[in-house]
Formats: sequence, structure tokens, C-alpha cells
Amino acid sequence: MKNKITYILLSISVLLMIIGVLQGEFLEVMQKAIIICLSCMGIG
Amino acid sequence: MRRKLIQIISTLAANPAFISLYRKEIYQGNLKSICVPILNCHACPLAVGACPIGSLQNILISVRASFAITQYHIGLYVIGFLGVVGSFVGKMPCGWLCPFGFLQEIFYKIPSPKISIHRAMPLLKYAFLLIMVIVLPILIVDELGYGQTWFCKFICPAGTLEAGFPLIVLIEDLRSQIGLLFSWKVGLLVIFLIWMIVSKRPFCRVVCPLGATFSLFNKVSLFRMVVDKDKCIECDMCYKNCPTGVKVYEDTNNPDCIRCLNCVKTCKYGALSFRFVKSKKLEQ
Ligand code: SF4
Ligand code: SF4
Repeated sequence: MKNKITYILLSISVLLMIIGVLQGEFLEVMQKAIIICLSCMGIG
Repeated sequence: MRRKLIQIISTLAANPAFISLYRKEIYQGNLKSICVPILNCHACPLAVGACPIGSLQNILISVRASFAITQYHIGLYVIGFLGVVGSFVGKMPCGWLCPFGFLQEIFYKIPSPKISIHRAMPLLKYAFLLIMVIVLPILIVDELGYGQTWFCKFICPAGTLEAGFPLIVLIEDLRSQIGLLFSWKVGLLVIFLIWMIVSKRPFCRVVCPLGATFSLFNKVSLFRMVVDKDKCIECDMCYKNCPTGVKVYEDTNNPDCIRCLNCVKTCKYGALSFRFVKSKKLEQ
């Protein structure tokens, strides 16, 4: 039973990741990660 | 020793952009589109990957705007990534790869009176994940519909340490923007650093939303710890050597177990092992 849950979770996760990539979310991740994040620093 | 070496290599591998120190900027290459399974602030000048917790918040703060332009970005890429890593190894990246986890282990070696963490406190990290990373960034928005990265902005000590200090030293213009918020974050960082000296991995166990996410997978991940109850004499040697204070023989695959395998090495009775679940036959 536990193994089934694991494989279901893994499959769902892979699917979500693929949908996210197809939607171009990785570009949004990049756009936010390449600018100096003032919030992360604690000044904005 | 082997784990320490891997922790050092991982810290360097996630932060190899030393050229940024010379250029006085942060790395801006394509690798920043890839999430890393560790709490490593992507605003750190040396970082080459994206922090999944920062990235998730960044997507969620603009979720309304994304719906308004029918883009529907709700963080599936990051959530899927966390799910894939968690399904394979659970919280193992915290024990072997995370620079901030490594820092906590180094600080704990400083001689001092030691204080254990109350067993209910680790539950707090789920509140940080839910409230600061998911709910507040979506719910509290400005007039344009954009929220704030609440965890990064008000809590994350990794951001203060890895991005705040280096960038303030490198970029003069940023220094004039230091205010109350920075004082708050530095104060919080100092509290965490002191806590790291007296308690085992306090940030990791009580606050970290990334650790909270991976911990949800510990019981079901393909990688699992295994205890042979017939061999265990409950001598507690494993417990004494566990960096997160887990009694593995009582609660195998406890959500706080970072799969460091110290206990497997420590147990003189061969009661502990680990395995990758491949088939039904291995399920125990
Ligand atoms: S060290 Fe081995 S024998 Fe001792 S309590 Fe841990 S699992 Fe049991
Ligand atoms: S229970 Fe074992 S593998 Fe898990 S964190 Fe403790 S020592 Fe490491």
C-alpha cells in the first residue's frame, strides 16, 4: 500500500513538473532569481 | 567524514560563481531556471540555482496577475520538483546537501550547554510553510494584485546571511536602503546562530519550510530507513549521535530524520539499515 502511494506521488509530481515546464514556469523562476531580491536581503 | 565532504562539495557546487564578487553582481545565467533541493538563497552572488521556497513564493505573489492574463502560473514546476525529490529520498537533501543544514551542524560543535528542542516545536515548520510561504503571499496583495514574499522578507536567515551581507558589502548603493527590516532580519539571524550552538539543527527542525515539505515524504519515500527490532537493545547510541534528536528505533522514518545515516554507522548491533523500495517484496 505504502509503495503504491509512493509511486502515485512520484507520478503526480513528475506530471506537475512537466505541466509547469510546458507553461513556462521555469522562465518565471529564472526571471525572479536573476534580479537582486531586496526582500531576501532584508532591505525591501 | 564522507558526509561532511559531500556537504562541502554541495555547498561549493551550488555556489561556484566567484566571478560575481569581482563583477559586483549576482549570477544571471540560464541555470537560475533550475531549482536546487536546498535552502540556498538565489540572491547570493555566488548561487547558480533557484531556491525552491523563494521561487514558489515569487510565483504565488503574482498568481492573481497570472490569472488575469490567463497564464495560470500556480507553481506547478516548483511543487512538482519538490514532490519528485521528496518521493525519491524524503528529507535526505537536508542531511547531505543543504549548506544551511551544514552550518547548523558546524555551530552545534561549539562547546556550550546544550538544550533539547521540545517535541511539539517541529510542528511549527508546517505553520511557516502554510502561512508564510503559501497563504500570506496569495492573500495579502497591493492594489495591483501583487503580494509579498513573506518568508524571504521577514524570516529567512539564509537570505540575510548569503545575500544581505555580501551584497551590502559589494554594492554601495544598497547600503543607503538599510532600515528597520534589515535590523529585524539580522537580529533573527543572530538568534538562530546562537540557537544553533545550543540545539541540534533548530532552524531545520522548527522553521525551515523546505525541510517541512520534504519531511512529509519521509514515511513514503522510495528511500527508507529499516530497523531490525530483534537486534535492537535500545541502548540509545543512535539517538545520542543523531543530529536531529530522533529515536529511530521508536519511530523509523520520523519526519525529522534527514537520512544522514549516522545511526546506521553508530549501531554496534547491526540493527539499522536503509533500502530503496523497488518492489512489493521489499515493503516492510
Ligand atoms: S544503536 Fe542500535 S541497538 Fe542501540 S538503540 Fe540504536 S538501533 Fe538499537
Ligand atoms: S535517525 Fe539516523 S539517519 Fe535519521 S537523522 Fe537521525 S542519525 Fe540521521
